[in-house]
Amino acid sequence: MTATTAVRLTRAGLVGTARALLSLRAIDLPPPSGAPRILVANHVSHADFVALWSVLPPAARARTRPVAGADYWERSDLRAWIANEVFRAVLIDRDPASRRGDPVGTVAAVLQGGEDVIFFPEGTRNLTDARLLPLKSGIFHLARAVPQAEIVPAWILNLDRILPKGAFLPVPLNCAVRFGQPMRPETGESRDDFLSRLGAAMLALSQAKG
Amino acid sequence: MDRFHSPSAFFFYGLFVFLLLASLVARLLIRSGRVRGEMAGNLADRIRAWWVMIGVLALIFTLGAGAITLFFALCSMAALREFATITHTRRDDHDGLAIAFYVVLPLQYLLVYFEVPVFAALLIPVYCFLLLPVVTVLKGEVQGFLTRVSETQWALMVCVYCVSHIPAILTLDIPGYRYSAFTLVAWLILVVQASDVLQYVWGKALGRHLLAPRVSPSKTVEGLVGGVLSASALGVALAPFTPFGWWRAGLVALTVTMFGFLGGLIMSAIKRDRGVKDWGTLVQGHGGILDRLDSLVFSAPVFLHILAWGWL
Repeated sequence: MTATTAVRLTRAGLVGTARALLSLRAIDLPPPSGAPRILVANHVSHADFVALWSVLPPAARARTRPVAGADYWERSDLRAWIANEVFRAVLIDRDPASRRGDPVGTVAAVLQGGEDVIFFPEGTRNLTDARLLPLKSGIFHLARAVPQAEIVPAWILNLDRILPKGAFLPVPLNCAVRFGQPMRPETGESRDDFLSRLGAAMLALSQAKG
Repeated sequence: MDRFHSPSAFFFYGLFVFLLLASLVARLLIRSGRVRGEMAGNLADRIRAWWVMIGVLALIFTLGAGAITLFFALCSMAALREFATITHTRRDDHDGLAIAFYVVLPLQYLLVYFEVPVFAALLIPVYCFLLLPVVTVLKGEVQGFLTRVSETQWALMVCVYCVSHIPAILTLDIPGYRYSAFTLVAWLILVVQASDVLQYVWGKALGRHLLAPRVSPSKTVEGLVGGVLSASALGVALAPFTPFGWWRAGLVALTVTMFGFLGGLIMSAIKRDRGVKDWGTLVQGHGGILDRLDSLVFSAPVFLHILAWGWL
């Protein structure tokens, strides 16, 4: 995958700005295991993906792609360029009524091709007061479709304080991404059981100290 | 070419020679296996960070007063970020914090740089104290109100107000002093930071009696006495470059190193209460920028007042 200069500069600029402004760092990132990885995180702002992406080691960053909603990211040429070229996003159609393709199949193909993905299992940005929205079933179906993939829960700390809902200016605070132990749905585990286990793992990361 | 022959330039030449020696000794200790494992990594990180810090300081001292003021403004920014991160501030404090970052901080350094000392002295302790809580109270959230506004005020006092006293020294005009105020800034930073390092060294070598076990597990009576006395001896040795004379140089050095020590103690108590070991991760091996600046924060205002009003 060769990238144009504009794309490279935009990527470097975003990562550099995020790291300089927020002093970003990864906490407890599990070492690569060779299995394809689904990084699963909370989602409060558009900066989430950049934050998560910036803390990954360069090699992992190069093979990690965000899963994003096509309806949002194809709305303008600039957005489409950012999504397709800069982030190499895997765009999926979130609306079951109108979609033609199979979103789980699209993401599964990327994982089977040896790349990692960043997945926001709440399905949308959380603009409520709850710490985490109820998880959508997509992550469960994806995990079943690619059983060799490991799901790594992550929590992006402090972003909600840096740019709270309705605020205009970000306040620079130190930000970090805390990672948990890789997990997979167990044999026979129901969808709801798995989703609540994953949600609990994510919330536990949000409360850990240090 | 004068700036390469000023006393502060010679301080830096001396520091570079010292760092070279320290790097060599550290390499020998690690190679011979007398220091190993995590400790060896930390030692190497710390020395590398000192090279960067002293290199940056030497550069900004060469560039002049504007560069020094800008540098400490950036330090304030990073420090304020670290401090605000561990406070209880929440969504309703966002506007107050944004004003602190984007209005108060730049304004304070502009007042220092353009030599408006009265307003520089009053802006944060009086006007921010009176007005920032207004921004917060208008949000209508009363839970933890005093805690939250106090934390914002403390953050500004520690990270902006006190730190801005370091470049403010440059604006002083000291009658009968034959060097520039740059030398005094260099003397202060050197003595206070040397005290930190020497307290660590004396504490590691002889430390037996913990000074405040509940506040800091690493501060010992032996470290304090050894560090403060040997750093003061360094201050006396450099007395010819100050306006003080031998005895007064020792007294001033003792005062600033004691304030530096107490500052470190106070900042440790804040960290301990909030459950963190370091303020951040900005300076490799040292933690955050506040871990490095804490002693200067508490000594710079006192040093400025000693110089400005002839105390001591």
